[in-house]
Amino acid sequence: MGTLIEEIFSRKLDRRVHAGEIVVAPVDYAMSHDNTTPLAIESFEKLNRPLWDPDRVIVVFDHMVPAPTPQAAELHQRIRAFIAANGITKVFTEGICHQVMVEKGLVRPGDIVVGADSHSCTYGALGAFGTGMGSTDVAVVFATGKTWFRVPETIRVNISGSLRPGVFAKDTVLRLAAVLGVDGATYQSLEFGGPAVEAMGLSDRMTLSNMAVEMGAKAGLIEPSQGILAYVEDRSGGPASTVRATPDARYVRTVDLDISSLEPQVACPSEVSNVVDVGSVEGEHIDQVFIGTCTNGRFEDLQQAASILSGRRVSPRTRLVVTPASSEVYLAALKSGAIAALVQAGAQITTPGCGPCIGRHQGVLGAGERGLTTQNRNFRGRMGHPDSQLFLASPATAAATAVEGVITDPRRFLS
Amino acid sequence: MSRVWKLHANVNTDEIIPGRYNVTTDRSQLGRYCLCEVRPDFPENVKPGDIIVAESNFGCGSSREHAPVALQAAGIKAVIAPTFARIFYRNAINVGLPLLICPEAVEAAGDGDDAEVDIESGSIRVRQQTYQAAPVPPFVQRIAEAGGILEFIRRYGWEGI
Repeated sequence: MGTLIEEIFSRKLDRRVHAGEIVVAPVDYAMSHDNTTPLAIESFEKLNRPLWDPDRVIVVFDHMVPAPTPQAAELHQRIRAFIAANGITKVFTEGICHQVMVEKGLVRPGDIVVGADSHSCTYGALGAFGTGMGSTDVAVVFATGKTWFRVPETIRVNISGSLRPGVFAKDTVLRLAAVLGVDGATYQSLEFGGPAVEAMGLSDRMTLSNMAVEMGAKAGLIEPSQGILAYVEDRSGGPASTVRATPDARYVRTVDLDISSLEPQVACPSEVSNVVDVGSVEGEHIDQVFIGTCTNGRFEDLQQAASILSGRRVSPRTRLVVTPASSEVYLAALKSGAIAALVQAGAQITTPGCGPCIGRHQGVLGAGERGLTTQNRNFRGRMGHPDSQLFLASPATAAATAVEGVITDPRRFLS
Repeated sequence: MSRVWKLHANVNTDEIIPGRYNVTTDRSQLGRYCLCEVRPDFPENVKPGDIIVAESNFGCGSSREHAPVALQAAGIKAVIAPTFARIFYRNAINVGLPLLICPEAVEAAGDGDDAEVDIESGSIRVRQQTYQAAPVPPFVQRIAEAGGILEFIRRYGWEGI
C-alpha cells in the first residue's frame, strides 16, 4: 500500500513505512569515488571504528583518471592506502561509478544503495533506492552499515506516447525538467511510469533516473521490467525480484507527459530547466561538443552518435570529445565499429570516466567558449572557465551539432 | 554584527566551490576559492562571522561536502535561505554549518547590510526588523547540537534516534 519508495522501505524494515517518517535503514552498498573518498576517509577515521563490511563498500576512481595533476595523484595514493588498510574488495578504475555499479551487478531492485555522488539517483532505473549523500554521511555508513532517511513523498510521472525518430529519453527528461523546474521535486522522490517508460530499456531508464536530482529529487525510481530483472540476475549472479507501487499509492502530485509530439530538446545556459525546442537555437555556434557521462555515455548513445557521424567529418568550426562511460561500453563500441566511425569523423576519444563534465581535464572550455554536451548539468563554468557556457542535449543532437559546428536538429541526418 | 552577502536563487555547489578547486581537503584552500567566480569580491573581503543570505534552493547540484566546508573555512557563520537543496542541507548539519530557513529575512536583507543572528534561538535582526527562522525538526536539531553526525553516532549510536 505505497509508492515504490514506501514499498522499498517497508520491505527493508519489515513494517509499514509511510512518507514523512524518519527511519534508520540498513544499506546494501555504499559507494564513493576519487573526489569524495578523501573527505570520507577523514570522517571515517574520526569515528575510530572498523569498516562495517569490506565487501559492501565500493570505491571507484572516475573523476580524475588517469591523474591529471600531482595533486590528484596524491589524493589517489591516500585512497589506495585506505583501501589496502581496510581490505576493501570492490575497487574499480574502469569507468563512471554509476555505470560500473550497474554493470557489476551491485544495484538490485529493492536495495538501498547510497553514493557520495549526487547522481547516485541513477540506481532508481533498476528499482533500487539510490541516493546521493555527502562524504561524512557515507563515512558513517562505512562504519555502521546504516543511515537515516526522511522517507520522501513521491511525484508520479506518467509518460505516454511514442517518441518520433530523432527524439530520445534525454529529450524527455529535459522536457520534464522544464515542467518541474530545478527545485520542483526537492525533498521528494520521482517515480517514472506509464507505457513509454515500460517500453524503455536499461540505458534510457538510466538517463531518466540520472537526472532526477536536477529537479531536486532524492531518487528517481522505475518499476523493473522483465528485461531489467534478467539483466540484474545475469550481472549479480543471484535472483532478483521486482518491486512495485500498489494501485492505492498516494502521490503528492502526478505529472502526465505525452511525448508523441516532442521535439529534440536543448537546455540553454546556465540552468537545467532552461529548455527549448532545438529549432529555436539552431545555428548557434558551438566550440566543443562532448558525448559521454553517466547520463548519456553508454553503448546505445555512442551507436546513435556514430550513426550520424559515420562517413561524415566533424566541422572544422568545432571539436568533438567522446568519453565512453565505462571500459565495457568502450569495448562494445570498438567491436560494433562505432569508435572507428567516430575517430574517422575526427572525434577525440578519451579514457572512460567523468571526462570534462566537471571541468577538470580531457577537454575543458576557455573564456567565452560554448559547449554542447550530453551531460546532466549546464551550470556556469562547469566545464572550465567561468565565462564559458553549456547547452545540454541528446547524443543525436550532439552528433548533428558536431557535423555542422552549430546547434543542429538531428532529424536532418535521419536516413 | 555580521555582514550580509546576498546571493541569487539556485546557487549550486559548483558556484560555492568550483570543480577545479576542490581537488583537496585542505580547508584554507577551499576557503580561498569559495564563491570566487560568482562573487569575485567575496574571498578577499569576507570576514569571520559574516553570513550568506540567498534566494531559494541554496546548495543544489553535486554532493561535494567541500561546499559547506569551504563556506565555513571562509568564516561564514550561517546561511539563511527560504529553502536548501537536500544533500547540501545534510552536509551542512554534518559539518556544523548552521542553516536558517527564513523567507522573510531573505526578502528584507540586502547585500552589504549588517545583521545580527542568534543561531540558537533562530532570531535574525536586519534593517531594524527582527525575524524568526523556522524551527528545525527535533531529530535534525539533536544532530546539530551534537556538532554533526559523527559526534552524534559516537555519543549515542543509531539507538539514539
